[in-house]
Amino acid sequence: MIYIYSFLFAGLICLIGQLILDNTKLTPGHITSLFVIIGSFLDIFNIYDLIVAHVGGGALVPITSFGHLLIHGGMQGAMENGFIGLAMGMFNFTASGITSAIFFAFIFSLFFKPRD
Amino acid sequence: MYIFLIFTNNIIGENMEKKLYDKLVLEHAPKEKRLENAVIAFLIGGVMGVIGELLVEFYGYYLHISRSDASVFMIITLIFLASLFTALGFFDKWVKFAKCGLIIPITGFAHSMTSAAIEYKREGFVTGLGANMFKLAGTVILYGVVSAYIFGLIRLIIGGI
Repeated sequence: MIYIYSFLFAGLICLIGQLILDNTKLTPGHITSLFVIIGSFLDIFNIYDLIVAHVGGGALVPITSFGHLLIHGGMQGAMENGFIGLAMGMFNFTASGITSAIFFAFIFSLFFKPRD
Repeated sequence: MYIFLIFTNNIIGENMEKKLYDKLVLEHAPKEKRLENAVIAFLIGGVMGVIGELLVEFYGYYLHISRSDASVFMIITLIFLASLFTALGFFDKWVKFAKCGLIIPITGFAHSMTSAAIEYKREGFVTGLGANMFKLAGTVILYGVVSAYIFGLIRLIIGGI
């Protein structure tokens, strides 16, 4: 059942993105930024946590989970260290993704040539 | 009077040409298949979600780690695969076909970074690769951090934690 929920949720997010892309003049950059902001907005009152609990991995794949993980790390830091912890813990959960993206992008760019 | 006539003629002529031109552009513009695009994005995005859930359960089962650790492994796996396929050259075609189905998932983030890194490598490692790698991914990180900080402050002020 969790697979069906994953399919529907991730598909729905991509469907909304595609509709925005086709019907407005926004570029993919605008849309991904918009979805990150929506993800962190939904996590103000732990709504996205509820979605992740029910949907599972399907909610972690779209870029909305990036914003959710950012604010999640920030709030966890704030629980430990007060206001300054918000900045200290911001990248706690997303650091692995950003680091690996930078690392792999650099390594692959060393070995491969551009193609058109 | 004569000059005036030429003047008006010119304006009318330009208008006519512009109208004709607009009509021609409309006729020859590639027709966007909005419905087809939306269905493809829905299906591919859904498949990506199922792959994510499968990977989380796979790592949790075989490496005996908690679900949150397994989700970190899943995200790194997807980023690795997207970077590799971009470097090998066929991820661009997939993105062109699936559009938002592959841009909205975390694969789009890795794809934008790797393709920028490979494309700008020829302009030098610092001024080219280093300066341009975050062109698209930078907006995601910027607005993610700014919005998360503001929303985090709001949540701290309103409801405690």
